[in-house]
Amino acid sequence: MAHTRDTILPKLMELIEPLNRKAIALTADTSFASDLELDSLTVMDLVANIEDEYDIILPMNLLPELETIGQLADAVAKIVNG
Amino acid sequence: MGDLFDKFDPIIAEKAALLATGVNDPFNLVMEKVHSPTEATVNGRETILVGTYNYMGMTFDPDVIAAGKEALDQYGAGTTGSRVLNGTYQGHRAVEEALKDFYGTSHAMVFSTGYQANLGLMATMAGRGEYIILDADSHASIYDGCAMGNADIVRFRHNSVEDLDKRLGRLPAEAGKLVVLEGVYSMLGDIAPLKEMVAVAKKHGAMVVVDEAHGMGFFGPNGRGVYEAAGVEADVDFVVGTFSKSVGTVGGFVVSNHPKFEVLRLVCRPYVFTASLPPSVVATAATSIRKLKHAHNKRQHLWENSRKLHSGLKAKGFKIATETAESAIIAVLMPGQEACARMWSALIELGVYVNMARPPATPAGMFLLRCSLCAEHRAEQVDIIIDRFVQAAEIAGIPLND
Repeated sequence: MAHTRDTILPKLMELIEPLNRKAIALTADTSFASDLELDSLTVMDLVANIEDEYDIILPMNLLPELETIGQLADAVAKIVNG
Repeated sequence: MGDLFDKFDPIIAEKAALLATGVNDPFNLVMEKVHSPTEATVNGRETILVGTYNYMGMTFDPDVIAAGKEALDQYGAGTTGSRVLNGTYQGHRAVEEALKDFYGTSHAMVFSTGYQANLGLMATMAGRGEYIILDADSHASIYDGCAMGNADIVRFRHNSVEDLDKRLGRLPAEAGKLVVLEGVYSMLGDIAPLKEMVAVAKKHGAMVVVDEAHGMGFFGPNGRGVYEAAGVEADVDFVVGTFSKSVGTVGGFVVSNHPKFEVLRLVCRPYVFTASLPPSVVATAATSIRKLKHAHNKRQHLWENSRKLHSGLKAKGFKIATETAESAIIAVLMPGQEACARMWSALIELGVYVNMARPPATPAGMFLLRCSLCAEHRAEQVDIIIDRFVQAAEIAGIPLND
């Protein structure tokens, strides 16, 4: 099955939900830093889980450019379909 | 218009709140006099030092000091120049020869600090389209070197051979890869399973660098580091190290057997664009390294001290980051920032100096009091340290295990 932004986005939200300590409503525009306030260790775990889910590598140097869940979904889609 | 310093307000407030509880500032200590590798005057009080990384106690070695004084007289206070211009003196060559002897390698390159050695190696060795694969708990100098370069950066879970294997397996087979490991991880004092990790890296065709900053001098038959003790010398492409721990002065280095290694002197910016080490520093380093090669008794005594402190603190009910003394770093776990600072402050008033460490330097949000042993600690000093830890825990209200 081909992964697209539409299939990836709900999967990412499922992976992020346990880290959503402030229980905010997750959307494609939710920001990791300002809305979810994830620390670097939590981000490391999340990245590792996403990598394992899709059997990909998300290089660390790519992460600062990804501010929202939607941008992350786009990046994952691009790598998966590389 | 905003003040550029405003972004640091949370840190300023956190520090002010901590000091308001009445503790001494753990990050603003002055050594008024230093008497030996294990003793100093701090706040007018005689203090046992057990947080210096001065593992082999070479800072006051008479031969080392004599070599430094002689070089100061003969070559002056500094080189005022880069290694590639006017900054390579006879002493810089001599210390590189001492390193080649110590490590049994064909090349050695000396940087002005250990931080710059890692910065230079990471930023230079892997470029665009290539990969650096590093342990999540890597030292800041490794992360900063990665940020400075253009390679893609991949992290694996701390000391997990399986995770390293999995991540290497996902990378393009033909792409250049550099796996970065440390012999001893300095925050918790745990060592890496280098035999397994190096084998996995080689299986995937990666080059391997091992940082032996906290292992040089007392791991392996020749004191080269954890990688020597693990028997993987033939498969390690680069060893990074420092003069600021076991060697007892300041400076950094990379050693290697790669036939093209010398080109790094031309392309490695943290090597080229800074002044070289002062002649007295390289003279002390060379003398110290030559003595470390044969320091078998000191090595043995350092291990005795490390095991004694670990088992002693554990028996008194302290929580230690490792089950046994894996290195000369014994990291004592504290329940939180305020408790950690209270305990550190009580120890300093009892005349014991340890390192306080906190996030983001520590993994998993831990607060630690890190002890690093010295081969020059006497057994009685280790007993005194243990006694004072118990007294400090009582003063600071730190609960101990039964």
